[in-house]
Amino acid sequence: MAAKKPSKKQNASQICIVTVTGTDKVGIIARISVAMTQSKINIVDVNQKIMEDQFVMTMACDMNNARASMQEVQNQLREIADEMELRITFQHEDLFKAMHRI
Amino acid sequence: MRISVEEVFETVQMTMDQHFDIRTVTLGINLKDCMSRDPNEFNKAVHARIVKMGTMLNDYADKIEAKYGVPITNRRISITPASLLLEPLPKTIPTVVKFAKTLDSAAKKAGIDFIGGFGAMIQKGMTTSDENLLRALPRALTETQRVCSFLNLGTTLAGINMTAVERVGHIIKDLASRSDNAIGCAKFVVFANAPEDNPFMAGAHHGVGEPDYSLNVGISGPGVVRAVVSQNPDCDLTQLSEVIKRTVFKITRAGELIGREMAELMNVDFGIIDVSLASTTAMGDSVAEIIEAMGVTQMGRPGSTAALALLIDAVKKGGAMASGNVGGLSGTFIPVSEDMGMIKAVEDGSLNLEKLEALTSVCSVGLDMFAVPGDTPADVLSAIIADELAIGMANNKTTGVRVIPAPGKKVGDIVHFGGLLGSAPIMAVHQNAAPAFIRRKGRIPAPIKALRN
Repeated sequence: MAAKKPSKKQNASQICIVTVTGTDKVGIIARISVAMTQSKINIVDVNQKIMEDQFVMTMACDMNNARASMQEVQNQLREIADEMELRITFQHEDLFKAMHRI
Repeated sequence: MRISVEEVFETVQMTMDQHFDIRTVTLGINLKDCMSRDPNEFNKAVHARIVKMGTMLNDYADKIEAKYGVPITNRRISITPASLLLEPLPKTIPTVVKFAKTLDSAAKKAGIDFIGGFGAMIQKGMTTSDENLLRALPRALTETQRVCSFLNLGTTLAGINMTAVERVGHIIKDLASRSDNAIGCAKFVVFANAPEDNPFMAGAHHGVGEPDYSLNVGISGPGVVRAVVSQNPDCDLTQLSEVIKRTVFKITRAGELIGREMAELMNVDFGIIDVSLASTTAMGDSVAEIIEAMGVTQMGRPGSTAALALLIDAVKKGGAMASGNVGGLSGTFIPVSEDMGMIKAVEDGSLNLEKLEALTSVCSVGLDMFAVPGDTPADVLSAIIADELAIGMANNKTTGVRVIPAPGKKVGDIVHFGGLLGSAPIMAVHQNAAPAFIRRKGRIPAPIKALRN
């Protein structure tokens, strides 16, 4: 097999979107930020509000220099979700672009 | 423009609450170059290729699933129609069964739940190899778990091979008698105008016009469509069609993104995206419930066919706008056993076999996963098949039949298959149909429509 061509996207940003919903409690953002920091994931944007006790947050983060794979981040977030009784999703930005932008 | 919070949550809601998933990524594999006069050599080559490509398919599907957070529910393989591959080999039943077992064990090793293409294109006639495959089918499907079989028995250009249709009635009876609950019949489908790039089982195969590899994607999302229909209870039907189109556009774009990236990672051609709405037995993931959300009191009652026609058209239009590679069956499946709304409609007496047949004249795939009493004669099964294939032939569309004559069961009973295949209530069918018509055999000539040149 021919040697793999270097990926064009090597230095491009790899933005992923985290969403968190659930009952508001102390330390949600802190907990997620720590997990991101440990994996060297750069948080580029956070949007958060409380709607009738419901905590709703979207967070954009850049995976470009991340030490963890997407699968590992998914597993880590799943643990946090179970522990804090939240609903957390983690999806690459391209999905939203494909679905909502022409 | 950055993605807004509303847009983010719309997508999240689709995947988390409305069961939007990539129903299947199906890798079509050309096996023509494995053909040999030596059965051992042939089976060895096939096994090696399927294990290698199947494992790769699973690995990449896991990666993509993690990247986009959209479940890729099934990872499947389709192959060149088996009867073609078996042409150079001895025309014996053990040869065919051995090949089926090779596919089965390779699929198992690669972690692939179903492998399709164990069939033949016999719309006009049968070669000795086709005949041999037909003889071996009941054994091959009973002695394997993962192998799915199809037969193309008719096309608009060739007519319907009624000699084969007559045979198939007996094959289905034989297959039903060999397995608990006739589960073998769930792995066998007959078609008119079978598409060569269909990613959905049991009918998937890798047609002779296809390249070495082709990655085909089947998206789903009845739950997503039902949700938007329910959110728009008062709009008129023109607007409703627009709403459905917009939603299907979005889920098709997601499917296209995932399919293209998978194909690129695997270094294979991206084939098609099939935008069929495919139900599952999960709560809310039902096509019948979309029809009911549109305003029909229950699936099968008057109004259902018109509602289904509108739905399918909107699905196709939304899909066609979203991707230049729309193919396969693309429409809406209405399998009875795999859709809670369909099961309920049969149990409540709203949906009978005759209305189901009428619905298939506007849906994409035909009479799927329905059960009839176990003592239904072979010629009645053949007659049901002939009727359904005639709808496909005459209307230049794909139709298929996957029928389960459940042994020992009577109308009113229910047969449970478990898992993806669900449960089928036994539907009533006239036990005296068209024996003399079926016995005539021969070929129903191609309709005048075929003379288009």
